[in-house]
Amino acid sequence: MIQHDIVIIGGGPAGLAAAVAARKAGVQDILILERDGVLGGILNQCIHNGFGLHTFKEELTGPEYAARFIEMAKEENIPYKLNTMVIDISKDREVAFINKEEGLQVIKAGAVILAMGCRERPRGALNIPGYRPAGIYSAGTAQRLMNMEGYMVGKEVVILGSGDIGLIMARRMTLEGATVKVVAELMPYSGGLKRNIVQCLDDFNIPLKLSHTVVNIHGKERVTGITIAEVGPDRKPVPGTEEYYSCDTLLLSCGLIPENELTRGMGVAMNPVTSGPMVNDKLETGTEGVFACGNVLHVHDLVDYVSEEATLAGKDAAAFVNQTEKVAGRVVTLTGENGVRYTVPQSMDIDNMNPLVTVRFRVGDVYKDRSICVYYDGKLISKMKKKVLAPGEMEQVILKKESFEEYPELKEIVIRTEEEK
Amino acid sequence: METREFTCIGCPLGCQLTVTMNADDITVTGNTCPRGEAYAKKEVTNPTRIVTSSVVIKHGPLARVSVKTANDIPKGKIFDVMKEIRETVIEAPVAIGDVVIADVAGTGVPVIITKNAERVS
Repeated sequence: MIQHDIVIIGGGPAGLAAAVAARKAGVQDILILERDGVLGGILNQCIHNGFGLHTFKEELTGPEYAARFIEMAKEENIPYKLNTMVIDISKDREVAFINKEEGLQVIKAGAVILAMGCRERPRGALNIPGYRPAGIYSAGTAQRLMNMEGYMVGKEVVILGSGDIGLIMARRMTLEGATVKVVAELMPYSGGLKRNIVQCLDDFNIPLKLSHTVVNIHGKERVTGITIAEVGPDRKPVPGTEEYYSCDTLLLSCGLIPENELTRGMGVAMNPVTSGPMVNDKLETGTEGVFACGNVLHVHDLVDYVSEEATLAGKDAAAFVNQTEKVAGRVVTLTGENGVRYTVPQSMDIDNMNPLVTVRFRVGDVYKDRSICVYYDGKLISKMKKKVLAPGEMEQVILKKESFEEYPELKEIVIRTEEEK
Repeated sequence: METREFTCIGCPLGCQLTVTMNADDITVTGNTCPRGEAYAKKEVTNPTRIVTSSVVIKHGPLARVSVKTANDIPKGKIFDVMKEIRETVIEAPVAIGDVVIADVAGTGVPVIITKNAERVS
């Protein structure tokens, strides 16, 4: 069987950054497997700007950001296969893939890095009543059709969900001559960035209706209209609040789900909150030598953080491949509480950890004047004041290895939000 | 006297800003930091945006290739800029940074390619 030191599943921003980092850490034999016909992943269709402010200190469009990493991967001569679909990964890291040229192949990986990204939540998962006519798209599908393939998906549009892709598409469709009648959001707050609400909706006088959802889709062949209604605190439609909008298109921007069929197939322990695998401070999953990074691990708000996380996964996979023997250290668990929905990673080896470990998380609601508090076995260690916390924005705390020296018996780390008195 | 309302985009706080204009005197209220004041003043005096879109490309790998204005353009010119972008047809190959419109809608700002596209026959 053909063997490679590191096999990376996915050639988007996470896979590319992981590959470059692993090569820089001294691993020669790396292979990227990419399902699409080009590298760069979803960034190829994200033609708007705002990417790279952290990584490159300038504002790039999605394709430009991707090109920087594709260039780095090419400079490092990292091999990749395009139009190649991984169909199975075994516990002992045998990777089965198919493509037109080679048919079905199985290769053995010294380490695997999972970088498959995420998928949009489809209509079928939203339980929207009504007919099933043409003209209903996930926002990302519409984005690809318009930006890359040159199809105008509709003229009069209603958007459900105010995540960033929905907001970006509201502007995009308006610029291309469509009328976006309303953006409806189930929650009482938008999951999108403030800047996108202002520059994609307010700039074009597109109304955003919070606490509203679609209760009916009209039209048999093609969408002819959408009925939306207000929802109560239980998020159920309030009778009598229905409003009809005549339109030919409905875009859905209702959340992203990490694409973990391969991960589940390996029997890796999953986190029900992130829908991604559980990982330790090296971003290693419960299966030895299998690492995860980017949106397959948990959905990120900024690609810059994906690149940062993937760089770490690449380095750690390289260290795994190059190591002679591993002595397990003291493992502590990390959990979120009181508004902190989850943490990544979920466990840490405090003897073998890097000097600094970034713990990323999201909060469950919009909070004002709260602190992010870190507890070691119930003892308050640090407190960071925040004027505002929102579910749409990923937060982080950085833990120092030296901070554990005084806690030889440490079992658990808890991160929670607390109200400022 | 004229007043206008904005949501600040400086940070996730999203302060509701009120701008009061009295001849040359501009007062901003509702902001919690100086960034809010600067943002609101720019929005009432000279709001600008970068416009991103895609243009028709012939003999490229896909029907469209992405472009952007190289710098920000006046907000009021967005649809004039888009009109010219939508009328633009180019030939592959192109590379990031190639100029496709030298001076879009009289703004003095060029429109440039943001994605490499090889020629496909």
